[in-house]
Amino acid sequence: MTLPAIQIENLTKRYGEGETAVDALKGVDMTIWPGEVVGLVGPSGSGKSTLLKCLGAVTEPTSGRMILGGQVIYDAAWKIDDLRVLRRDRIGFVFQAPYLIPFLDVTDNVALLPMLAGMPDAGARSRALELLNALDVGHRARAAVSQLSGGEQQRVSIARALANHPPVILADEPTAPLDSERALAVVRMLNQMAQQYETAIIVVTHDEKIIPTFRRIYHIRDGRTYEEAGEGREV
Amino acid sequence: MINLAGRDIVHSWGKFVFTGMGLGLLIGVTLTMAGVYRGMVDDAEVMIDNTGADLWVVQQDTLGPYAEPSSVRDDVARELLGQPGVAEAGNVTYLTLQVNQGGRESRVMLVGFEPGKPGEPPFLIAGRPVVRAHYEALADIKTGFALGEQVRIRRHDYTVVGLTRRMVSSSGDPMLFIPLKDAQEVQFLKDNDALLNERARTAANPVFNRPGVPGLLEAVQASQVTSHFVNAVLLRLRPDADVQAVAQGIRRWQHLQVYNRAQMENILVARLIATSAKQIFMFLVILAMVSAAIVAFIIYTMTLGKIREIAVLKLIGATNHTISGMILQQALGLGLIGFVVGKLSATLWAPLFPKYVLLLPGDAVRGFVLVMLMCALASTFAIRAALRIDPATAIGG
Repeated sequence: MTLPAIQIENLTKRYGEGETAVDALKGVDMTIWPGEVVGLVGPSGSGKSTLLKCLGAVTEPTSGRMILGGQVIYDAAWKIDDLRVLRRDRIGFVFQAPYLIPFLDVTDNVALLPMLAGMPDAGARSRALELLNALDVGHRARAAVSQLSGGEQQRVSIARALANHPPVILADEPTAPLDSERALAVVRMLNQMAQQYETAIIVVTHDEKIIPTFRRIYHIRDGRTYEEAGEGREV
Repeated sequence: MINLAGRDIVHSWGKFVFTGMGLGLLIGVTLTMAGVYRGMVDDAEVMIDNTGADLWVVQQDTLGPYAEPSSVRDDVARELLGQPGVAEAGNVTYLTLQVNQGGRESRVMLVGFEPGKPGEPPFLIAGRPVVRAHYEALADIKTGFALGEQVRIRRHDYTVVGLTRRMVSSSGDPMLFIPLKDAQEVQFLKDNDALLNERARTAANPVFNRPGVPGLLEAVQASQVTSHFVNAVLLRLRPDADVQAVAQGIRRWQHLQVYNRAQMENILVARLIATSAKQIFMFLVILAMVSAAIVAFIIYTMTLGKIREIAVLKLIGATNHTISGMILQQALGLGLIGFVVGKLSATLWAPLFPKYVLLLPGDAVRGFVLVMLMCALASTFAIRAALRIDPATAIGG
């Protein structure tokens, strides 16, 4: 039986205490399956970033439960000793801007993750090249980050997110700085990668161009999520 | 594993090199200050060594002849030769004055010496020793005088017949050696107006101008224009002589102050240049603090400029050790560039200084260790800032 890549039950997050307390998440439920690309849509201040930070294990929720690949990682408290290792090995990140390390070349930006996980340099670079080729930026493998276009940089950041083959990738508005054509190209790649590597991808966005491409969408409003079937338009 | 610090330095080499050069010039000044102090000590030691003396006999209760004025009768030298263990005795005078040569003013230490006796320069690099009783001179090469050149001192012209090297006073003034009698005249002889005035005063004094004692006035007046004083008597002892015993004998029977080589070195280094040394040490401390502050500021600013990259590194699983190591290595790299530039600068500009600057390899090693420690210490501020960066910063919102 296939387990959900990530499952969230009644997750809440409260900032502050007493009268000034703010409930950013008020009981979020989500289930995302391996190989699935899901949209997380909502207006500013709705709790998207807070949810992403909780999923990314950089902010501790207040209550609820998070299960990653069948393993409970949060249940009223973190159930993992080293969140850094959790983030490194089991969660990939794609940011609004690529945030590549400017002093590393394209290959090493991707290879850094497996290296941090203890993989030998040659093996890490080989894996990086494989991903770069899959994302059609293999020809820029030795280039400096500053020499890449915005779209190429975003593809490299997707390759970096996939470098340790995590079961989940969190993409925070990955198409925001891109034009329609490039934005759709990024979504196409995310879909391909999700299927190829059996990775669940959560794409936070309010980009109207790409919302119709999701098969499932979670709307988040006032700290609560509402699931909706997407159009799943081909890109 | 990739060396993140090395990659960042290579990527931003211009920034690192130019910052390192700025820091290096500061380190160069620091090394030069240390070199100035070493040069002063070395000048003092060389001056002591070059006299060739084992004992300095000076006026009682003084630290003469270099640190305090001292006056000793010149016939004491003959008496000292009779002391057991004394091989040679030489009278010397020291006087710092300004000499005019071809319209160019030079400050020199004028040394009166007796050829062939202690006090004479131990070697010449050009020319010949002084062989005439008057009006010949030996000059340190730093005076700028050339062989055969005429140097005007008071009322007489002296011909430079020989050149020597590294003969400078503790103040760094180059030495000019002339025969003892000439030096005594320069040091003690009054000008013509003063002589006339003195003669008139003596003639008006009934004690010296007695009608019943013919020749008394002339004798007194003659004694007023000659000098039989020197600043010190330098002694060279026999190889088997006990330095302490000879010094003790002179102190007891001649009522004079005697210093051996170690004591004279102590007077010069620990007393005469002690204030300068403290001054230089204060400069060194301030320069070290300024350098540390600059390194700390630079590394801190560089780190703050990489907040997003550090946040991403932390988010994707880089350990605190990896991030601290990157910042520490960059600080040490900056220190290394700074030290190399500083050492090169100090080596290049040291010969241009008017006083001797002695750059010792030991000081360079100590300086290197200090710079590295300083950089490591300075990097702690940036490391603390980096470790406080929240990995959530990388995620928008």
